[in-house]
Amino acid sequence: MADTKNKPGRVSMPEQEAKVRAHNFLEVPEGYTLQMAQEEAARCLHCKTPLCTQGCPVGVLIPDFIALLVKGDITGAARKIWERNALPAVCGRVCPQENQCEGNCIVGKRGEPVAIGNLERFVADWERENGSGQLPPHEPKTGKKVAVVGAGPSGLTVAGDLIKKGHDVTIFEAFHKPGGVLVYGIPEFRLPKAIVGQEVHFLERQGVTINCNSVVGKCISLDELFEEGFDAIYVGVGAGLPRFMGLPGENFIGILSANEYLTRTNLMKGYDFPNYDTPVPQGKKVVVLGAGNVAMDSARTAMRMGAESVKIVYRRSREEMPARGAEIHHAEEEGIELCLLANPTKYIGNDEGRLVGMECLKMELGEPDDSGRRRPVPIKGSEFIIECDLCIVAVGSGANPLLTGETPDMELNRRGNVVAEPGSGKTSKKGVWAGGDIVSGAATVILAMGAGREASNSIHRYLTLGW
Amino acid sequence: MFKIVHREELGQGTVILNEIEAPLIAKKAKPGQFVILKANETGERIPLTMADTNLEKGTITIVYMIIGRSTATFADLKVGDSFMDVIGPLGRPTHLEKVGKVVCVGGGTGVAVLHPITRALKEIGNDVTAITGARNKDLIILEDLMTKASNTLHICTDDGSYGHHGFVTDILKEKIENEDIKMVVAIGPVPMMRAVAEMTRPQGIHTLVSLNPIMVDGTGMCGCCRVSVGGETKFACVDGPEFDAHKVDFGELMLRLHSYTEMEKQSYAKFKGEK
Ligand SMILES: Cc1cc2nc3c(=O)[nH]c(=O)nc-3n(C[C@H](O)[C@H](O)[C@H](O)COP(=O)(O)OP(=O)(O)OC[C@H]3O[C@@H](n4cnc5c(N)ncnc54)[C@H](O)[C@@H]3O)c2cc1C
Ligand SMILES: Cc1cc2nc3c(=O)[nH]c(=O)nc-3n(C[C@H](O)[C@H](O)[C@H](O)COP(=O)(O)OP(=O)(O)OC[C@H]3O[C@@H](n4cnc5c(N)ncnc54)[C@H](O)[C@@H]3O)c2cc1C
Ligand code: SF4
Ligand code: SF4
Ligand code: FES
Repeated sequence: MADTKNKPGRVSMPEQEAKVRAHNFLEVPEGYTLQMAQEEAARCLHCKTPLCTQGCPVGVLIPDFIALLVKGDITGAARKIWERNALPAVCGRVCPQENQCEGNCIVGKRGEPVAIGNLERFVADWERENGSGQLPPHEPKTGKKVAVVGAGPSGLTVAGDLIKKGHDVTIFEAFHKPGGVLVYGIPEFRLPKAIVGQEVHFLERQGVTINCNSVVGKCISLDELFEEGFDAIYVGVGAGLPRFMGLPGENFIGILSANEYLTRTNLMKGYDFPNYDTPVPQGKKVVVLGAGNVAMDSARTAMRMGAESVKIVYRRSREEMPARGAEIHHAEEEGIELCLLANPTKYIGNDEGRLVGMECLKMELGEPDDSGRRRPVPIKGSEFIIECDLCIVAVGSGANPLLTGETPDMELNRRGNVVAEPGSGKTSKKGVWAGGDIVSGAATVILAMGAGREASNSIHRYLTLGW
Repeated sequence: MFKIVHREELGQGTVILNEIEAPLIAKKAKPGQFVILKANETGERIPLTMADTNLEKGTITIVYMIIGRSTATFADLKVGDSFMDVIGPLGRPTHLEKVGKVVCVGGGTGVAVLHPITRALKEIGNDVTAITGARNKDLIILEDLMTKASNTLHICTDDGSYGHHGFVTDILKEKIENEDIKMVVAIGPVPMMRAVAEMTRPQGIHTLVSLNPIMVDGTGMCGCCRVSVGGETKFACVDGPEFDAHKVDFGELMLRLHSYTEMEKQSYAKFKGEK
């Protein structure tokens, strides 16, 4: 490792101390200063064939924006990112960079990769706070109308793209606030809601109409949208159907889906109860089932809501945990325990119907299964009890049938996801595109945005050339 | 914004009726469906059934009992004020069918929920008997509307201050014994719905109840509204709110309605303190 000694390591981003932040909802990493950002940017080698860009699902022109940042042209850097990515302040914070851009960075082969996510975040934040707020140029109005169903990252991307191309865009969102998982799921301490709010406001300033409280499929159907004069529809309704494990006692008080727990705390601001009216269960001994990003967010939220202990119960081992490494690390720093190789078998309640504990079985790893991961096998007779008064179920989410069930002529796959043509997002229903989690199953922000970008290109071709 | 165009106090001011401008919802709403309302920025999302809709005026009517912070906040809104958010129509509409003799049983504000269903069942040609109950005369609501909506209306009070002295189930029992009742719809407090279900079970009379579990989104994305029906977990907001009464686990529903009792008390006390 003598080699890395000569190369300075990456500039680390200051963070709130674990002991302090475990009790507040302020953002954990505090951001770079301009000086830190430029110091980190100087580590980029400006590769001719940048592998980093190949690792980014939307192909952000990374060396180009970093070069502008080094020169001090931050607005230019922001514009460069925007060419490919409409929500850099969000992606800089939540992308799994270690598997994408940074995972590919050449500097990372010998040491720590360039902190691309941190730089992207810096540029976007700086431009938001200090930039001119100038709107991007729009093409002349085409007179065509597009409806976007769902105001998550996927739908917002489509809206942003098509308004610039001169089409009228109206977003229909079921909740009372736009943003999708960015506002109801991902907690404030990872993604401040003010940032999402400003991104949405930026679209509104450009002329996008946002109709909240509009549950498409209930308030209005896709066919009725066409009757109202929309020429094309994009469906980006996400993966909004919570999975439960189907264990005995699942309806005891104190067992919530992660969707419910996070919606109550984030969207409804239950962490500020009683200043906000929505209650959030106050667990003292909390168990979270699952080991993905959603589980980490739930566990870290429960800690901030005043839990004495928070345990993540997962049936496989640490290596198989699907959450980002950084999130697991943050969770452990904040005092969250990992209870690995354990699988819940039933819930235990008291006579008021409240959760008081959970029975689990110990597991061991057997032969690899279809996914190539070693299959967890229960150890006979190893039952044990975990005392708990709150259990958050974060074992995944499926496709919500509310809209698709009302749209029989839009083809679905076996799992209830919309079938969309790869590369264009066209569905089997004429004039309707789909993308994001409702097509791919629960995935990532950047993939949902990438799907939105492909669909908006295809929609634009349709509106100018035909289906 | 969703402006209140008409407001009434019923049952001595314990129950409030609001008629709200919501043309898109009014156009789509069917009997049995509900809306979710949020009064202001800090408010909670609260489900209430539409007691009426008016297509020409583009309005919907809700009727609610003041029992906690949110309903008390709603009750403070005057004509001309607006709800910040109203979402709907949600839930499945009542399955309406001509079957012959039908009894509609309502208790408390359940009467408001029952009203559009009663009217619709009569309109398609059923012979509808309505039975409504309250603790005393002052708490009876919507008597005129229910008289119009049904063929026959019986009113019961627990203390005998008006109509039949006793429970709604007394009258229902008589009806079942003497007439060929094809269907019963029961909407009201959980113990009342459970009692009706037990009464119609032996004869196997098809009985519908409208369940009122705690909800958040009302679109099937959170699972807060889970109820056990026939041994299966259902989400009341999308699979219901109406279910076959003989299959519902009322005990579980009753317990789950107490999920947040302590916090609700705290929140209501703070609200009263601020006033
Ligand atoms: C807790 C949590 C943490 C996560 N953390 C990360 C992370 O760190 N990094 C990452 O990359 N990804 C993360 N993800 C995944 C990521 O958020 C999703 O993949 C992404 O948001 C999908 O975007 P989308 O636009 O397809 O859908 P969504 O963001 O789900 O948005 C869909 C929108 O459609 C609305 N809608 C649904 N039905 C209707 C209807 N019938 N009519 C109108 N509107 C409707 C919904 O209310 C919602 O606003 C996380 C997810 C969760 C739940
Ligand atoms: C589909 C449906 C239709 C309903 N229709 C009517 C109606 O037409 N008229 C009427 O008076 N009431 C109706 N209710 C009940 C009504 O929603 C509650 O009375 C109201 O939410 C109480 O809120 P609060 O803040 O005033 O009282 P709180 O003090 O918060 O709660 C009092 C009790 O109300 C219930 N409750 C609390 N929060 C919720 C919530 N978010 N969702 C559902 N229940 C909750 C709980 O059992 C709680 O113990 C309906 C409920 C459902 C699910
Ligand atoms: S969008 Fe995500 S993957 Fe692409 S460069 Fe930015 S942080 Fe990396
Ligand atoms: S791979 Fe790394 S060093 Fe090369 S251009 Fe991309 S960020 Fe810079
Ligand atoms: S209220 Fe959330 S699923 Fe029914």
